[in-house]
Formats: sequence, structure tokens, C-alpha cells
Amino acid sequence: MRHEDGILMAGLAQHGVSRRSFMKFCATLASVMALPPAAGLAMAEAMASARRPSVIWLPFQECTGCTESITRSHSPTIESLIFNVISLDYQETLMAAAGHQAEEALQQAIKDNFGKYLLIVDGSIPLGMDGAYSTIGGRSNLEILKEVAKGAAAIVAMGSCAAYGGIPKANPNPTGAVSVADVIKDKPIVNVPGCPPIPVVMTGVLAHYLTFGSLPELDKLGRPKAFYGETIHDRCYRRSFYDQGKFAKTFDDEGARNGWCLFELGCKGPVTYNACATTKWNGGTSWPVESGHGCLGCSEPDFWDAGSFYKALSMPATPLKTVGVAAAAGAAVGVAISFANRAKKSAAKAAHETTTLPDLEK
Amino acid sequence: MNELQFLTWVRGPGLNLAISIFLLGVFVRLFEIYSLGRKKDLSEPRNVGGASGINTVFRRSLPAEGMLKKSPISYIGGYIFHIGLAIIVFLFVPHIKFFQGLLGISWPGLPSQLVEFVTIVTIVTMLVILLDRITNPVKRYLSTFQDWFTWALTFLPVLTGWLAVRHLLLPYTTMLAVHILMVELLLVFLPFTKLFHAFTVFGSRWFNGTVNGHKGVAV
Repeated sequence: MRHEDGILMAGLAQHGVSRRSFMKFCATLASVMALPPAAGLAMAEAMASARRPSVIWLPFQECTGCTESITRSHSPTIESLIFNVISLDYQETLMAAAGHQAEEALQQAIKDNFGKYLLIVDGSIPLGMDGAYSTIGGRSNLEILKEVAKGAAAIVAMGSCAAYGGIPKANPNPTGAVSVADVIKDKPIVNVPGCPPIPVVMTGVLAHYLTFGSLPELDKLGRPKAFYGETIHDRCYRRSFYDQGKFAKTFDDEGARNGWCLFELGCKGPVTYNACATTKWNGGTSWPVESGHGCLGCSEPDFWDAGSFYKALSMPATPLKTVGVAAAAGAAVGVAISFANRAKKSAAKAAHETTTLPDLEK
Repeated sequence: MNELQFLTWVRGPGLNLAISIFLLGVFVRLFEIYSLGRKKDLSEPRNVGGASGINTVFRRSLPAEGMLKKSPISYIGGYIFHIGLAIIVFLFVPHIKFFQGLLGISWPGLPSQLVEFVTIVTIVTMLVILLDRITNPVKRYLSTFQDWFTWALTFLPVLTGWLAVRHLLLPYTTMLAVHILMVELLLVFLPFTKLFHAFTVFGSRWFNGTVNGHKGVAV
């Protein structure tokens, strides 16, 4: 995996990417990230001459879906080529080395580029049982993360698990999983959530870092605003059906076939900030809502515990457990009060003294 | 607690708590009120009570003679915002889904733009009614804390719902959670304030009408 230091553009040229198509890619990226038009040029110049940045990719409690998303993005795209030409010095899934050799490669990369490398993390970090739930080479994820993070220029928490704990953190969180930001407090961290995240978001973050030497502007959940600035619902091509009150009621009714809004089938688009509706997936082929399934909200923290995927957002998230008991208790208290009132009335009646004519004459 | 967790709480445990308190309060008060009973009136009825009762239920929805001119804001505004609330609560599709989730029954809704128009009219009307209560010296004198409080309890769910739909002030997720929280506050306080008229208004009208009919007031 390890390349000698070199120029990015040269690497791209080797793969048959012309300067013209590279410029086009940069301009597109700049516009996707809502940067001024001139930024496309700046990006192209900076990236074309950039020395391949050293990248260390640490996998923790993850399913490799994030790696799949990046590497299987519609091939050959410039996104995937950029991933090919960065100096990915440690990536367990992709590297040929294994065992001690792999760990040595990691140590070497840390030593060679201390303070300069970009650290990508996918997967959450288990804190339970002193981190024993997930270890690599006999060392806990927590220990490895702390060590590697020390020399990182910046950290990219790739996917919802690294960004927010994801599925491992789902209730009851048996491994005590936490996110990267829960462990590392003294480094710039970009969260690129999604299950998996969109490849172009990753490229955008990398391009921004290479061009401006800094991380893109982030929202308060640590996500690049350019990609996570708007909800799925607001950019959804089915939005007009929501406004017209036209909803699919089941996955195969007439509404579903007409492409009506999936809100009633549990779509979490209204509360999910991501770029799926604009960038789409698989080289712009389609995306979940276009394929007929509601958004799961996978780029939001704790999406796994936010109620059923198939319940409309306005439905109760969990069963209303005490409602029946409360109604019965209310009825019981009401009956008790009515008995008390009746007793009071009877007592008043019993205590009532009849006024007679002689009384009035007194 | 992040935004989505806040939303999930108000959609789950918060909702459970609010509806529980609501039902508890509603049952306590209904039993309390309707079990009070009344001493048997031994006098000869001058009119048949039942007809008078039903008549009063409807008649009191219309302004008494001359009152519409005297207090137009109370009557017209009252009509508008009550009908507006009913349309918003029962005919906005996400709300229908909410009832479906609770009760298992659903009905057709209105296009969201139409509901939004009704919402804006309702908001404006409620503001005018508040302004009237503040500026009219008699109304201000008669107003207690509960009047201001119940106005706010009714107004805030409508306002926050509209702000959520329009993505104003706060991110949608947070505003939606705030909206649901406001509805939950309304549910919690409804049985214990004058908002309970939602349950008792027709019963008390019928009762008054019957008593008056018995005493000889024309049907």
C-alpha cells in the first residue's frame, strides 16, 4: 500500500485521468461544498501539487461497510483514485501485510510522519471490561487510538460508529461503546457519519484539507456543513408530494408506485442531515428514497434507538406503557372522591337542624 | 442529550408520561363532577327538561342577542381559533398518523399548505384575542393567572408547530421536539385548568338548559 512520496496529479495521470477532467472534478467538489468558484481552481492547484498525505486508517468496532463504501464507489471515479494515490500507510482490510508486519507498518508510519498524518477511524471504541471487547494485536482499541491520535494532524471519524458510537452503542450498549470524540479531546475531529457515509463527502474533506490546510466548517455535531447542512426531506425530490398530502401507505400500493412521499412508512428524512438526496449513491445512480425505501436517519447520533424505522416520525416512538394504569387509577381516584363527597353530603344532611315556627319567633 | 435523543424522549417516555397524567386527570375530574349529583327537584316541571338541555347545547354556540356587536373579537375570534385548532389537530397528516399510532384509526387529511394557511390565521387570531384581553380594561380586570397561562398553553403548540414546519429559529429536529413537548405540557395541564371545558362544555350546557327548562325558561 505504501507509496513513495510523490505528486498527486502524477498518480492520477498514471490512471489515465486528464488534467481537464481533474479540474472539472475540483470545480464540482467546490460547488458541492458551497465554496466560491475560485476555490475549484485553488483546490486543483493545491491537490495537483500536493505530496501524498500519509493516512492511517484504524478500524475498531465496525463492519467494514465504510471501507466498502469508499472502495466500491462506482469505479473508476476520481474519488476512488484519490484514495488510491494517498499514502494509505495502514488499513487492515486493504493492506497486504498482516500480524506483526502490519503493526510494524503502523509504528513506522507514526514515526515517519509524526504530527502530520491524517488519522481516519471507523468503528466505535469499547470501554467496557477495560476495552477487552475489541483488541488488535493484544492491545485494546482505546490504547491504540490514544497512541495514534497523539501524532495526528487531524482525525476523521468515518461512519456513524466512529462519529457517534453507532450500532455498537445502541441500547443496551453491551460493550460500553463510545465515539472518537468521546475519547480524544485535544485534536481537530471531523465527523463523517452515515451507515456507510457517502464517498464524495470523504473526498471533499480530504480535498479541503489538502487545499486549505484546514478542516472544513463543521456543524455542532462535528459534521462538514457543506454536506450535512440540510435535511434529506428538504432536498428530497418527493418533497412536493409531502406538501400535497400524497403519501404511500404501503410499500407496494399505488402511492408507492407513483413515487409519493414515504413519511407515513417511517421515513426519517425530516430529521436527518445528509447529502444523499443531492449527491446520490453509486455514481449518482440512485439513493434509498429513490429506490422506494424511507430514510433510516443513519447519519444522526443514536439513530438506532430513535424508534422504529417503519413508524412515522409523528407516531409514539415507544409503547405507551403506563397509560392504561393511569386511566384506571384516575377512575379509582375519581370514584373515591365521589364517595367522599357523598359522605360529606350525608353528614351535612344528618347535621341539618329543622327550623320550626317557634324558632323564628324567638 | 442530543437533538435526536430529545426528540425520541418526547416521542417515547415523555409522551407516555404526559398521556398518563392527562388520562388520570380526565378520569378523576369526570368522575368527580358527574358523581356529585343533585337533589331531586320535587317541583312540577314547567317545561320538558330534556329538550331545553339539547337546545341550550346548540344555542350557546351562537352569540346572545346584541352580544356579537358588543364583543365581536371574543365571538368571531373565538370561532376562528377553535375551528382552526380543530383543523390543525385533526386534519394535518402527521397528526393523523399520531392518532393512528395511538388509537389505530385514521382518516384523510388536508394538503399541508392549506393546513399551514389555517395555522397562520389561527396564530394571528389568538394574538388578536390576547391583545384584546390586555387592552380591554374589563377583560383585563377579570383575567386571572390561569387565563394567561391557558392561553400560552394553547398558543405555544401551534406556534412551535408552525416554526418547525417552516424551519425557523431552531433546527427542525429540535423545534419538532419542542413542539411535541409543548403539546405534552398542554395535555398535562388540560384536566386541571379551565381547558377542561373541552370535556365539560356540552355537559354543563345540557345541565343548565335542563334546570332552566324545569324552572320555566322558554326552550
